[in-house]
Amino acid sequence: MHLLRMILTNLRRHRVRTLIGATEIALGVATMLSVVGLLGGAVKMFERILRSDAEMVVFEKNVSDLFFSNIQVEIADELARQDFVKSVQPVLFAIVATPDRPVVTCFGIRAEDGRLQKGEWLQGAVENFQSDRDGIVLGERAADFLKVKLGESVELGQQSYPVVGVVRMENGFENGGVFMPLKACQDAFHKEGVASILAVALTPNHEPGEVKRWVADRYPKLTALENDEFSKSYSQFKILKTTAWVVGGCAFLLGGLSVTNTMILSVFSRIKELAVTRVCGFSRSQVVGMIFGESLIVSLIGVLLGWGLSTGGLWLLREVPALQGYIEPRVGWQEVLGATLLAALTALFGAIYPAWYAARLKPASALRFE
Amino acid sequence: MIEIDDVWKSFDDGKIAVLKSVSLQVKSGELLALCGTSGCGKSTLLSLIAGLEDCDRGEVRIDGRVWQSEREKVALLRREVGFVFQLHHLMPDLTLEENCLVPVIAVGGSMSAAKIRMRALADMTGVGHRLDRSVRELSGGERQRGALVRALMNDPRILLADEPTGALDEENREIVFQLLLDLVRTGGKTLVMATHDKEMAQRCDRVLQMRDGRIVS
Repeated sequence: MHLLRMILTNLRRHRVRTLIGATEIALGVATMLSVVGLLGGAVKMFERILRSDAEMVVFEKNVSDLFFSNIQVEIADELARQDFVKSVQPVLFAIVATPDRPVVTCFGIRAEDGRLQKGEWLQGAVENFQSDRDGIVLGERAADFLKVKLGESVELGQQSYPVVGVVRMENGFENGGVFMPLKACQDAFHKEGVASILAVALTPNHEPGEVKRWVADRYPKLTALENDEFSKSYSQFKILKTTAWVVGGCAFLLGGLSVTNTMILSVFSRIKELAVTRVCGFSRSQVVGMIFGESLIVSLIGVLLGWGLSTGGLWLLREVPALQGYIEPRVGWQEVLGATLLAALTALFGAIYPAWYAARLKPASALRFE
Repeated sequence: MIEIDDVWKSFDDGKIAVLKSVSLQVKSGELLALCGTSGCGKSTLLSLIAGLEDCDRGEVRIDGRVWQSEREKVALLRREVGFVFQLHHLMPDLTLEENCLVPVIAVGGSMSAAKIRMRALADMTGVGHRLDRSVRELSGGERQRGALVRALMNDPRILLADEPTGALDEENREIVFQLLLDLVRTGGKTLVMATHDKEMAQRCDRVLQMRDGRIVS
């Protein structure tokens, strides 16, 4: 307790240095939480697109990206006839470029797919979207950047499509996307008769294992996963999550070097003081504890600052009109705990050399130090 | 009792010999002044007594015991020895009170008891009313009196003073030195003081003259 008092006193009397050290850690924490939060939010949004009302996803085995998965739509109808399945919705994902936008996501869906009914219809009505017609529905953002409204046509790829509705979707990807009838989407992207995924809803009291066995027995080139399994195993999600942690880790590495620098300066600037503490009876371990303690408290302050910074920054991003719906950051306790542990480790590693140097000081020589 | 037996000490890999076969004894409660010119080895001898340096040869015993290991040296500095330097070496951004409590933090002793002792010592040395002030706000004399309080906080039996008044003006030199003598005598402590000042040295129980790393008289 007394040593803690000494540590706090040391930090207090070197406020600027403490603040600089804490800011370095704070930037690492803020970067990590922001990147992890943003990418985590993006992953969750994409998961919701896949899930809709379904509990399982069926797709082609070993594809690196769902855009490359091809499943014959007849399989959806065959699977839908099983008593353990409530419904199956095939979804075809495609990407198209427009003069203004390099990437516009297209969702090829059937009219009975429930996702359009969940949106807020700004123009047109859900009945306008028919599986056997070419009429497309635009997310609100897509209608905005494509500059079209109900009744007008929009050119996608090689063909022009009438707009039969504009819908405000909660999910940013869907709000910036184009909903096409499945058949029209297949024709437009030369994917006749196929979908990217099948979203499977189970009949109550039936197990996901029944779908998995059915798919494995009949279509060994496909795989069926529960939503959570899919989220954990999908390579794109893994890449995104890994990228987030690596970027955050790099930020911490830089923060760690800065903390080392700050603590070295802190030790070098009070060599005589440290010598006096030894003469006053401080043991080497107390001096080491004091340096590590200072570093840890600086990192703790940094975590709090960084948490505040990232929360504020993400809130601001979410409020930017152009990003409405696209930013749905998710910073859970695991991320905060992860960042806190990394910050603590960074602080400890950053303090190793300064603490070692301080412990090695010979008081008599240090008192002669100029 | 402090016993120094045939002690040798050099620096820079033996190139600079600072102490050459120094032997002496200081009885408990004795006030010993070490006199001599700069570089004659007075400060090094004090550092050896306090365990801040190791001898190349010979032994330093306190109460018949050689305090050799790191743990023993820490114990020596915590309980047996207090040190006053020529410069006060107080931490400038701390208050005088915070500085005085540093030895107590090292020991982990009771803060409330320590504060009572600190108050008493500070009143005796005339800085009781300045305890809450930053060191920067104190005069040179007050700082040195504060350093004296700090050195005595853990009630050491031996006080080592290295030119304790060397950086003070004449008026403060007399005040601080008289305080030092009073505190040591009333507390029954042993004092070993390095000094240039012959007049002050004469007020101690015994004076030893050092020259070129040896005790010459």
